[in-house]
Amino acid sequence: MARKILFQQAINEALDQEMARDSSVIVMGEDVVGGTGGNGEMDAWGGVLGVTKGLYGKYGDRIMDTPISESAFVGAAIGAATCGLRPVCELMFIDFLGVCFDQIYNQAAKFRYMFGGKAKTPVVIRTMIGAGFRAAAQHSQCLYPIFTHIPGLKVVIPSSPYEAKGLLIQAIRDDDPVIFCEHKALYAMEGEVPDESYTIPFGEANIVREGSDVTIVALARMVGFAQKAAATLAKEGISCEIIDPRTTSPLDEDTILESVENTGRLVIVDEASPRCGMAADIAAMVAQKGFASLQAPIAMVTPPHTPVPFSGVLEDLYIPGPARIEAAVRNVAEYA
Amino acid sequence: MMAQEKIVPITMPKWGLSMTEGKVVGWLIDEGRELKPGDPVMDIETEKIANTFEALDAGTLRRKIATADDVLPIGALLGVMAPAGVSDADVDAFVTEFQASYVPPAVEEGDTGPIYHWVEVAGTRLRHARAGDAGPAVVLIHGFGGDCDNWLFNQDALAAHAQVHTLDLPGHGQSAKAVGDGSVATLARAVLGFMDAVGIASAHLVGHSLGGAIAIQCAAMAPERVKSLSLIAPAGLGVDINGDYLRGFISAESRRDLKPLLQQLVANPDLVNRQMIDDMLKFKRLDGVTDALTTVASAMVDGNAQKATLRDALGNVGCPVQIIWGVADRIIPIAQADGLPPSVEVHKIDGAGHLPHLEAASVVNALLVAMVERAR
Repeated sequence: MARKILFQQAINEALDQEMARDSSVIVMGEDVVGGTGGNGEMDAWGGVLGVTKGLYGKYGDRIMDTPISESAFVGAAIGAATCGLRPVCELMFIDFLGVCFDQIYNQAAKFRYMFGGKAKTPVVIRTMIGAGFRAAAQHSQCLYPIFTHIPGLKVVIPSSPYEAKGLLIQAIRDDDPVIFCEHKALYAMEGEVPDESYTIPFGEANIVREGSDVTIVALARMVGFAQKAAATLAKEGISCEIIDPRTTSPLDEDTILESVENTGRLVIVDEASPRCGMAADIAAMVAQKGFASLQAPIAMVTPPHTPVPFSGVLEDLYIPGPARIEAAVRNVAEYA
Repeated sequence: MMAQEKIVPITMPKWGLSMTEGKVVGWLIDEGRELKPGDPVMDIETEKIANTFEALDAGTLRRKIATADDVLPIGALLGVMAPAGVSDADVDAFVTEFQASYVPPAVEEGDTGPIYHWVEVAGTRLRHARAGDAGPAVVLIHGFGGDCDNWLFNQDALAAHAQVHTLDLPGHGQSAKAVGDGSVATLARAVLGFMDAVGIASAHLVGHSLGGAIAIQCAAMAPERVKSLSLIAPAGLGVDINGDYLRGFISAESRRDLKPLLQQLVANPDLVNRQMIDDMLKFKRLDGVTDALTTVASAMVDGNAQKATLRDALGNVGCPVQIIWGVADRIIPIAQADGLPPSVEVHKIDGAGHLPHLEAASVVNALLVAMVERAR
């Protein structure tokens, strides 16, 4: 049955149901059992934000707290995956990728290829992304384009509780390494989620809203902002189609191109930095494969090319919001 | 005030249990047009579906109140019908009075009590819903791959005359996904078990497609519990069936695969919108659904042939039977409605495909209500 739960509960439920279904699924990471101020079993916080709460009591040793040692435990999870387990390991913030990147991009991502298809690496790396928490430049980035750049990795970015659960179950069942990016500002988002297990395939974009004048491609938290903008623009007579790719690798190019074929106008909203980001990538793809459909230059709505500011005022200015999306859509819609 | 008695409001319909508001896509007629029941009036879009709203009463459209893109709660005034003899001033007065007294139905945040309920039948959890308090019981049985919500255009119309029960068959909708051998007999036992569980001694059965075959089977197994059968494009009356549709539906994994298949169900392909496809994909992606559907389909169909016929069983049914079939059905040929015993009424619906209860809802609803009224 479907009922409303929070994004973070959807993540928890996906882990719970897959651990119950498949004994090879394990969870490891910093504080995933105890957490700050925790006292072992009696007071298991389940991670810094409580996302894995309750799993230790059910699955005991299959939930492992690790030292602050990303290079060691991410490597251990990848090794365990090559040996038959399905580890879900938590890299607390995507900003910490630097200390475990070799294990991910030059080992996990390459095993299937280097061993001629004879090795598989079914590991999921869950990680928090995004600004808006006043957490400053080292804990607020959207670094998923870096993973998207690497062949051999799958990159998943849910935008709602329904997406979070279905995509995480799909990630756990997938035989390749998956980077699963959770925007911290979405953890408290509520939405309808079936209580049964289900999967959402990778590489299928979600058409969040149908429209005929302008296509908006948005990811993660930007999907909700795009919806707000589209509602305002609808009152002005501008009809927006919103596409959430859901996975950046693989990327559902066809759905984006088909939409642009109908609208002729494209705005891409991405919270990642503008250079070599998803907005630039998708813009290049549409310019190359959908040029004949375009009736206006492609617009990119992104933060400026700076670190995420700690100052609240500046951070709010940094994050692309509905007003900037509206302005970009109006520009593109008016272009003759 | 005499004049006002001839003034009839056109109001936002309630399509389905969860609908609270609808968006006006646009009027299909001009002021001054004479309408009879069933004539198209306007296109309306809800969270679930986009469809044409048909006139419920006869009359002349005098005033359009709602305009395109308005989002209005159910029961809100869309327009006014009145004979030509009624003055504009009286129409104005009616509108003013209606708007002054209209209170949109309260939309509480999940506190209205659940729309759907669950009941355990022989160890299988089934979802069901109910509309209407008085009158005889009616049980609506959906078809292959369907669920309770397939009846969204029918349950409220029927609820004015009956207690209307809908259920998700085993393996379908939000019911448990265990289907046993998946046979029509097994599914019929589940329906009878459901009737036991919610305390329905006997009921008028309305079955669509596979649900039609199940309804016939129920009447054969427990004749005393079935007051009438209304069979909409039922399975089980002949050999031919579009097996390619069934297999395609089971294996479709994406919006792209599913859309052309769902469009085979209807005469007007525009009825298949994004939401309908998304809802279907959400169902199909639940664990266990592919197995359940495969089991049910293989129990029923071999290639493009139905394995068993219930024609003899239908001939022996004692209760009144009517058959409703869309002329443009591309799943089960309408020819299977021919050659049945003369006591079986057959209604062929022009302009409808395999889903006449959706595509020609007002006509089908009138037939369903007539059966319930007649066979009390």
